[in-house]
Amino acid sequence: MATATSTTGIRRVLRALLIPLLALLSALLAGAVVMILSGDDPMAAYSGLFQGAFGDGKGWARTIRKTIPFVLTGLSVALAFKVSLFNIGASGQFVMGSVFAVAVGINFEGLPIFIHLPLALIAGIAGGMLWGAIPGILKVYTGAHEVIVTIMLNYVASLFGGWTVYAGGTQGQTPGPLWDRTAGAISETPDVLHSAQIPWLFGPPYRVHYGVFLALAAAILVWWLIFKTPLGFEMRTVGHNMRAARYAGIRVNFTIILTMALAGGLAGLAGGIETLGLNHKFAPEFGGAVGFDGITVALLGQTHPIGVLLAAFMFGALDGGAATMQFQSGVPADIIQIIQALVLAFVAAPLIIRMIFRLRQQTEQDAGSAVSTSWGGT
Amino acid sequence: MSRNAPVSAFNRLRRRYGNTMIVALALVIMAILVNLTPLKEQTWLRVLFGISALNFTLRATVPLVLGALSGILCERSGIINIGIEGMMLAGAFAGFVAKTSTNHWPLAASLIFSVAVAMAVGGLMGAVHALFSIRFRMDQIISGTVIIILALGTSSYLYNRDAIAEGKFSSIPIPGLAQIPVIGPVLFDNPPITYLALIMVVVVHVGLFYTRWGLRTRAVGEHPRAADTVGINVNRYRYVNTSLGGMLAGLAGAFLVLEAVGQFQEGMTAGRGFISLAAMIFGNWNPIGALGAATLFGYTQALQNELLLAGVTQVPRQFISMLPYVVTIVAVSGLVGRVRPPAAEGKVYETEGSS
Repeated sequence: MATATSTTGIRRVLRALLIPLLALLSALLAGAVVMILSGDDPMAAYSGLFQGAFGDGKGWARTIRKTIPFVLTGLSVALAFKVSLFNIGASGQFVMGSVFAVAVGINFEGLPIFIHLPLALIAGIAGGMLWGAIPGILKVYTGAHEVIVTIMLNYVASLFGGWTVYAGGTQGQTPGPLWDRTAGAISETPDVLHSAQIPWLFGPPYRVHYGVFLALAAAILVWWLIFKTPLGFEMRTVGHNMRAARYAGIRVNFTIILTMALAGGLAGLAGGIETLGLNHKFAPEFGGAVGFDGITVALLGQTHPIGVLLAAFMFGALDGGAATMQFQSGVPADIIQIIQALVLAFVAAPLIIRMIFRLRQQTEQDAGSAVSTSWGGT
Repeated sequence: MSRNAPVSAFNRLRRRYGNTMIVALALVIMAILVNLTPLKEQTWLRVLFGISALNFTLRATVPLVLGALSGILCERSGIINIGIEGMMLAGAFAGFVAKTSTNHWPLAASLIFSVAVAMAVGGLMGAVHALFSIRFRMDQIISGTVIIILALGTSSYLYNRDAIAEGKFSSIPIPGLAQIPVIGPVLFDNPPITYLALIMVVVVHVGLFYTRWGLRTRAVGEHPRAADTVGINVNRYRYVNTSLGGMLAGLAGAFLVLEAVGQFQEGMTAGRGFISLAAMIFGNWNPIGALGAATLFGYTQALQNELLLAGVTQVPRQFISMLPYVVTIVAVSGLVGRVRPPAAEGKVYETEGSS
């Protein structure tokens, strides 16, 4: 606490950026070591990665396109972290958001876009909120730990999503309700109607849609909610000390359920935006991984909305450049997953970074990312 | 504590091992009835309790109970292990790589070597988890998540799709016992890791509750300060137990690759590590309770399999496949205030004056 007296605003920001940047650097170095050990060329890989992400207009477009869902799933996990809840369920919420949004998007022909599109997006948010609220409710009323429940719900959501678009056939099972009748044996929905598609900001071949502004708005909204509203204050209080919050008269149970629902809503919105803006349909293989990466993005962003934006952009670049990297250098794109895991490891254990770079101890920051520590519930 | 015999004995069993034991017992009795009487002509009963369902149950139970034992070892010493899924996957992949590179060895030697490698890599992952949690004071749930993502990424990155593991463990019927009707073919005609898993339940149980090591492990998990005061090295116990837990998770991975499937598939653990955690909680951090819970979860997987194969219901296959996951959620939700995790779980222990 005493060290905080001399810090100006800029120095505080720089200090907040220090650990994530060093973590990223260490992860890239460690990734290079892994590549050398398995006989790949890290220089070729990283230059391919950079070109793929920022080499030309298409590269930038790819990076931005990939950043959008990371922002939202990252915000989803970060918001839950503020209340000491660990939302591993963003991928399930993402799938539910996609399914709900597409269900509205392929129906209701003839609606004008300014009604149909918001309706479809709201449906996506609702799907995610529903899927996020379940673990919140179960935690409050039964003590079931949200980590296990959200993970199980991920599997249930992915099966549910698979059922809605199932082409049928096996053992005479009837096709799912959202299946495209003209798709033959392929399990997918028909295309979303034009009145429910998010318009292009830069059309093909760039394919960046206006969803990028929705993601930015969501980040600002979450920042405002957490730091500028009474509700956000209650959330942070519950996150810091649940017992104290209860004594102070804060509705702890309500806060937990609401936070999980909002976190689910953000991940659901991510699914809705991807479906309505980019894929224009839903198939079982869409989504999933982006929810799990939300955890890393949230931690890398130090669970702060602005940090999440930056971290999501970094992840967008990593994902955006991965295909080009594999194409140019022959290094499997899975190396990106290893690098992302290492980033998570380094950023979650600032002590490792401090040891590697011999930085001064800062107890204030090291206390950082504490999640719920036991299965016991309250 | 009245001492009128069978009722109180029954209650004591229930208190110690949870209701899962009762359910598992009922299942066994039902299975014996169905398989030995004319009842087996009934399609539904055969689907629910046939020999095939029971065999599948045991096959599905083995990785779950090994995972749960892994969790018990870690958590009884105070380290939350959410990374079992990752340790299993790492073990499975390591076992696969070891098997493919020793294909030219005699089958038994190659398989045993691969199991050893799988356990070693699992143990290494456990040690890394302990290092993160203890030395680097990382949040243990996040450290577990790191383990999972790392295992997923590394195994996909290094996976060579052309490699083929030749041969896997086959059944070893136990002479005499294997001839017992129903129980024989289900319990005493299995490949070796299955027997090993059942033996490990007993070993861990005896180890935890009847040895000095077990008493100290539990002390470290419940009240590290007191343990430290009487001269127990808290963090050493945590390192050792978490590494041992990792080895058991690695064994579960070896089971998947070398005994059940025979090959590696990306992400082949498919949530088993997490279901193991639920089994551990459901079994009240007790090895025998965990066996009961794992059997229950294994049975739901068998049921899913049998229902899909028999085609006796109009319920869409995706909903049938949800069964194990939904049952897990119901199980962890149905335990309000009835389970108690080790008291010092998830907390970093620092000796006074060290920080």
